[in-house]
Amino acid sequence: EKTRESFAGRMNELVYKYRKVDEDFFEELEELLISSDVGVSTVMELIDQLKDEVRLRNLKDTKDVQPVISEILAGMLDEGKEAQQLNLQTDGLTVVLVVGVNGVGKTTSIGKMAHYLTQEGKKVMLAAGDTFRAGAIDQLEVWGERVGADVIKQQAGSDPAAVMYDAIQAAKSRGADVLLCDTAGRLQNKVNLMNELEKVKRVIEREVPGAPHEVLLVLDGTTGQNAMVQAKTFGKSTDVTGIVLTKLDGTAKGGIIMAIKRELDIPVKFVGLGEQKDDLQPFLADQFVYGLFKDVLDSPEDVHPS
Amino acid sequence: MAFEGLAERLQGTLTKIRGKGKVSEQDIKEMMREVRLALLEADVNFKVVKQFIADVKEKALGQEVMKSLTPGQQVIKVVNEELTALMGGEQSKLAVSSKSPTVIMMVGLQGAGKTTASAKLANYLRKKHNRMPLLVAADIYRPAAIKQLETLGKQIDMPVFSLGDQVSPVEIAKQAIAKAKEDHHDYVLIDTAGRLHVDQELMGELSQIKETVEPDEILLVIDAMTGQDAVNVAETFNDQLGLSGVILSKLDGDTRGGAAISVKAVTNTPIKFAGIGEKVDQLEPFYPDRMASRILGMGDVLTLIEKA
Ligand SMILES: Nc1nc2c(ncn2[C@@H]2O[C@H](COP(=O)(O)OP(=O)(O)OP(=O)(O)O)[C@@H](O)[C@H]2O)c(=O)[nH]1
Ligand SMILES: Nc1nc2c(ncn2[C@@H]2O[C@H](COP(=O)(O)OP(=O)(O)OP(=O)(O)O)[C@@H](O)[C@H]2O)c(=O)[nH]1
Ligand SMILES: [Mg+2]
Ligand SMILES: [Mg+2]
Repeated sequence: EKTRESFAGRMNELVYKYRKVDEDFFEELEELLISSDVGVSTVMELIDQLKDEVRLRNLKDTKDVQPVISEILAGMLDEGKEAQQLNLQTDGLTVVLVVGVNGVGKTTSIGKMAHYLTQEGKKVMLAAGDTFRAGAIDQLEVWGERVGADVIKQQAGSDPAAVMYDAIQAAKSRGADVLLCDTAGRLQNKVNLMNELEKVKRVIEREVPGAPHEVLLVLDGTTGQNAMVQAKTFGKSTDVTGIVLTKLDGTAKGGIIMAIKRELDIPVKFVGLGEQKDDLQPFLADQFVYGLFKDVLDSPEDVHPS
Repeated sequence: MAFEGLAERLQGTLTKIRGKGKVSEQDIKEMMREVRLALLEADVNFKVVKQFIADVKEKALGQEVMKSLTPGQQVIKVVNEELTALMGGEQSKLAVSSKSPTVIMMVGLQGAGKTTASAKLANYLRKKHNRMPLLVAADIYRPAAIKQLETLGKQIDMPVFSLGDQVSPVEIAKQAIAKAKEDHHDYVLIDTAGRLHVDQELMGELSQIKETVEPDEILLVIDAMTGQDAVNVAETFNDQLGLSGVILSKLDGDTRGGAAISVKAVTNTPIKFAGIGEKVDQLEPFYPDRMASRILGMGDVLTLIEKA
């Protein structure tokens, strides 16, 4: 049910409303994308690109524009399978570092990923690297119990880099396949906290050659244009390798990832669609683009064939 | 800061019209285009922007040119005044019930900052107003939510009422009020679980809590980084519960915070506090005029007016 329906075919309904490819059509498209947090400048570029295509191919009917829209939008986000999959080592320990601003869903996403990986037959361990926020360690422990993963922790208030060190040693000695490292939420403009994160990453680099194999930035789907700044800053200090886009089970669309993809070329690996362990899915460009248009498509009263 | 402020944006147009006796409709149109972009990039909802631009355009055109100001200055002044007015003008205070305790419910989306805001508000009420609040752990869903509130309670040496996570939040709230009366607390702060505005079952639970405890304040906690969706969230929470105010969290980031305008516009309730950090003392009263300049990215409107 939470799986969003296939984009293909459903776009018909949007183009049903506007028969002619005119300014009104483009204006509605523009508003739709802006209301999805794609961001004004990216929207304007996309619309220009679309207009060019329409002119080039001499398209008059909106139904001929439909495949062009999905081609351009989904094409922009499509990564191919490889970039999307987690970079798991076939041999030895894989370390995944999870970062992001406060409250976006880092800890929950770790719980969900642990569940997913466990189901794939991996031995997963969790590192309680958020030693700052009240109840953060307990929260990760509940998730560890839920999905059957060991949690390596120290006391609240201890040095997160030391926790990571411990966790890596434990993961090695217990023969874990994947170590998922939780970190405290931090706003990207807090320099000392970003430095702390770099230190955490350095410890991982030092203890496991080639690690961290993934640095996942968790972005809240309801966040607007600031998500771009987050991606830039976290990208700079931790070399983000992928994005987890959460909270898409609400009405927010997470359109800012279009701009992020365009400017920074970071692939989205997973989307979060709820608070339970199963509510994580691989990112699918088609489905995402369908999500952008979902409201228009789903409200039949808007559709009035002329 | 990621985006140009309105000041930079308007520089071009302003230079053009400097020295002119009056601004033409075309000049205003150009300036409004920049205002629109600045607001959209600040995450103000596009419908709210549309209305705002329409209003300002009218005002700017209809205004008599003040002797002391050039036409360019005039337009900026109108934009700033209108935005400040939209933000609510004056700073707004917390309700006090005539009969103790005053009951406050915290509501909002997942991860917005409700639990943190509950502890901050309790701390604020005691420090600034010498009150004796009781914190109530009514989130039975999120892993370790109760533990989180208890830890925060301990940090500020404040009691936390909890019945564990096997009792319904409605029952917890009800018993908490009884307990508060018994122990002579003058404020009760109920921390509820994060929920999506479209989750009817959980929204219904909030309505039930509301009916049971008849709160004096229902505060929507909203993340300052929220984008276009802020209107949907605020509107639904307001329709279902009747909000009395808003707390804008995480304002210590570098977001412009246009969600503040969106929320104010659709709920017409005041933003009462701003969260400016993770620590329990990082809460301050909300200042509409400061927020207006922040959103427009015009730290110093006066300088801009001087330049125009
Ligand atoms: N609806 C919904 N809620 C989510 C999703 N992911 C996380 N949440 C909820 O969002 C809230 C915050 O999630 P956390 O995992 O604690 O976020 P975090 O980034 O670890 O937060 P901090 O450690 O405090 O920075 C919790 O209530 C989660 O249950 C999602 O995909 N959908
Ligand atoms: N920087 C900053 N962080 C904040 C602020 N308010 C809350 N946070 C952080 O945001 C995250 C989420 O805060 P919570 O209080 O747990 O949010 P919540 O709404 O109770 O979350 P749920 O109960 O999961 O829905 C935590 O990491 C908090 O420390 C703030 O004003 N500034
Ligand atoms: Mg966390
Ligand atoms: Mg909470």
